[in-house]
Amino acid sequence: MRLQDRTIWGYRRENGRVGVRNYVAILPLDDISNAACEAVAAHIQGTIALPHAYGRLQFGEDLDLHFRTMIGTGANPNVAACVVIGIEPLWTQKVVDGIARTGKPVAGFSIEGNGDIATVAAASRKAKEFVHFASEKVRQECPLTDVWVAAKCGESDTTTGLASCPTVGNMYDKLVPLGLYGCFGETSELTGAEHLAAARAVSPEISEKFMKTWSAYQKDVIEAHKTSDLSDSQPTKGNIAGGLTTIEEKALGNLEKIGKKIKFIDVLQPAEAPAQGSGLYFMDTSSAAAECCTLQAAAGYVIHCFPTGQGNVIGNPIMPVIKISGNPRTVRVMSEHIDVDVSGVVRRELTIDEAGDLMIDMIARTANGRFTAAEALGHREFVMTKLYRSA
Amino acid sequence: MAITPHLLIHDRRDNVGVVVVEGLRAGTELFCVVTEDNSELRAVTNHDVPIGHKVALRDLAVGDTIVKYGQDIGRVVAPIRKGDHVHTHNLKTKRW
Repeated sequence: MRLQDRTIWGYRRENGRVGVRNYVAILPLDDISNAACEAVAAHIQGTIALPHAYGRLQFGEDLDLHFRTMIGTGANPNVAACVVIGIEPLWTQKVVDGIARTGKPVAGFSIEGNGDIATVAAASRKAKEFVHFASEKVRQECPLTDVWVAAKCGESDTTTGLASCPTVGNMYDKLVPLGLYGCFGETSELTGAEHLAAARAVSPEISEKFMKTWSAYQKDVIEAHKTSDLSDSQPTKGNIAGGLTTIEEKALGNLEKIGKKIKFIDVLQPAEAPAQGSGLYFMDTSSAAAECCTLQAAAGYVIHCFPTGQGNVIGNPIMPVIKISGNPRTVRVMSEHIDVDVSGVVRRELTIDEAGDLMIDMIARTANGRFTAAEALGHREFVMTKLYRSA
Repeated sequence: MAITPHLLIHDRRDNVGVVVVEGLRAGTELFCVVTEDNSELRAVTNHDVPIGHKVALRDLAVGDTIVKYGQDIGRVVAPIRKGDHVHTHNLKTKRW
């Protein structure tokens, strides 16, 4: 079958987007509402709580990012319906209103003046209603390219640049021209390859926007806070064990996952939804796996391709994370974590073109409902990015 | 079927390659493949080098640039002989 004719079975949401999972999310607005959300999720089967550490006394850009991440998570097409619980009603309602713009069922509950027990009772009734709604949703045939696919690599080693990242890049080279939405991030981990990344922007304006974002991260995050040459953090100890020596070497391997041909069409703020149509997007993110995946899911991506060398085990509660590895030792000693074994590439038994086809097959199978290794193993890392200290 | 390589080199301009087999011992004659054009060459490793780690393809002096992917990945900080293990003891970033 021609690639452009391939379909998957997904959930077509009210706003037209395609989801590949069907969660009823119980979303805390803030840290102190985690307990109520977890109580609802423990009570009502078929729901998932998304506890996290923040949401109080944030301000400015950091608060904007908090709301963007909360709303984006609830709005993600892998979520069929969402209950939001916060300590007070105003900010809770703001998140409810943001999610409601997708047209999906959403309801908010606040704890002040009610207490946990009454809040959990009311929210549980609504969550049960949403579970009945979601569980009657039926998968429909949708074009494969309606599935938004993000990428980020982790616990990289030198095989990442030889095999697993080029595999993801080959997939993007094949699917993005057919209408796929793609996304890569990891601003600091492009250091050493930033000139090559900038050259992959679709226009001089977007190239300049990328360089501005990269330079700001260098200046405001790395230079402002570093106490050494960063050699204890970047590359990580795992990277070094895997043979990567410098940030430049790591970055060059990292960049392999955006392929050889396609250009990126815009630069997104953390958790910002793409708005320029289909294509590859760069998002300004930390290179820490859980933070980056959480931001990409909040931007609306429904499947994630995660190349790893030494064996990062990351997952996400609402976005299936597919692991790809080309390290022969990792696929042997950590086989339970790897969905796509491309170690044949370093043995010269498998070409990058063939590996890219395996990647596309696994995206389709995952979209159809196959659990990823991370899902089967219960990895649900949900980590909000915080820009600075709260007030 | 082609012989399984010991060492892969991204670009013909590179002065290091990556070990892609486990348990490589000093003195092994390496079958090397350049991935960009499938050209082949031979080298000998001077050290036991773990999978994923780099081996120098030529002699390098302090201050020289290590090239991988045809790109600058850092500077040499201790003399390197052809066949040596290249890692944090003799290669450092030029950034941060």
